[in-house]
Amino acid sequence: MNVWQLILITLVKIIIIITILLLSVSYLVLFERKISAWAQNRYGPNRVGYWGLLQPFADVFKLLLKEDIVPEAANKFIHSLAPFIALFIAFSTYAVIPFGPQVKIFGEPIKLVVADVNIGVLYVLALTSLGVYGITLAGWSSGSKYSLLGGVRSSAQMISYEVSMGFSIAGVLLTAHSLRPIAIVNAQYGWMWNAILQPIGFITFTVAAFAETNRMPFDLPEAEPELVGGYHTEYSSMKFAGFFLAEYANMIIASAMIVTLYLGGWQIPYIDKLGLSMGLTTILQILAFVVKVGIMLFIFIWVRWTVPRFRYDQLMNLGWKVMFPLSLLNLIWAALLVMIFNL
Amino acid sequence: MLENYIPIILVLVIAAIFAGAIIASSRIFGPKRPSKAKVMPYESGKNPIGAARQRFSVKYYLVAMLFIIFDIEVIYVYPWGVEFKNLLNSHGMFAFWPMFIFLVVLELGFLYIFKKGGLKWD
Repeated sequence: MNVWQLILITLVKIIIIITILLLSVSYLVLFERKISAWAQNRYGPNRVGYWGLLQPFADVFKLLLKEDIVPEAANKFIHSLAPFIALFIAFSTYAVIPFGPQVKIFGEPIKLVVADVNIGVLYVLALTSLGVYGITLAGWSSGSKYSLLGGVRSSAQMISYEVSMGFSIAGVLLTAHSLRPIAIVNAQYGWMWNAILQPIGFITFTVAAFAETNRMPFDLPEAEPELVGGYHTEYSSMKFAGFFLAEYANMIIASAMIVTLYLGGWQIPYIDKLGLSMGLTTILQILAFVVKVGIMLFIFIWVRWTVPRFRYDQLMNLGWKVMFPLSLLNLIWAALLVMIFNL
Repeated sequence: MLENYIPIILVLVIAAIFAGAIIASSRIFGPKRPSKAKVMPYESGKNPIGAARQRFSVKYYLVAMLFIIFDIEVIYVYPWGVEFKNLLNSHGMFAFWPMFIFLVVLELGFLYIFKKGGLKWD
């Protein structure tokens, strides 16, 4: 396969995945509103299209035609740069997440991942760490007190949970012997899912993922009763939509990372024993990935409408005094697993 | 091996184009009718009191410094984690104890911060 072929195939993959990502983000917003409506005994959006199915498009067009207000106290350049950073990260992190096994199309083996690099996990960590800049700069540049407080809180929260997230991932590396996401998925063959081998790591990673995506119960950056809109108080039009889109895209990426690292990725236990054809197996495995991500997303939304928000000191205490020691414990546990069972 | 990174570059370029297009679209399509009240910083409908960029608690800086210390430790652990099995086969338990001691020292440092009240929010 020469370089141009590689570029062409990659472009096709990127276009397909960005389209799916954008569509699933818009419908995730609708599902969130529907699920919240069910949780609160309401109907939710049901006027635009059947069952509210056109609501996401109505929302986007509304925001598109709104005035883009930049406050006079704002730093104009950084005010635009902040949502750009948030969107840029939301659009680029998925690149290393595998959503299916290798397939053969016209005799050419194609991996169902955009970029199969041996530093995949580091790539995701590096980009999601950059996400802090988007939110902090948004808070600082707006020139509003609420924004600043939201931005500062959010940066402290995100970096606190990043430490335990990093240590949880180290536990996965021990049993997978690689930073390559495909190798991590392959290591979770059968029921050897990391969620089962390292339950503590699974829990700390999931909680850290909630905190990193600023979801309830960790959504202090935009705690409405005290900070109005938090870091995006002064944003309107598509810049606001950008933050919104980035938040939901990050939720999807976080779910996909949880599935890849802990829930066996696209693997279905013992599917090779059924004697299905190659094509059918591949389709089932891609479906399994989608279903697993969907279940994680549902849990994200479910938790938001069930659990109340933390107080800020509780949040920091949980991050440093509970999550950090637990993730270290998980690391030792994973090392013991490798030593005793020779995984 | 370097050709593995071509897709990454493509993804980053396309992501930048998409993100830029979304940010620019609000300027292109939206109306432009700024007024004095609109461009005022939002403060629940009142006139803003004082400057927006005020001083905030030093605790946030402390958290940022602790983060840098501990996040660097995480990066030390990664190469060991990836190579642990190979090291175990070639060096036996010598692959485990140095990292264990390193983590214990890390935990002791953490306990010191904890006892000093470095993580106390009031």
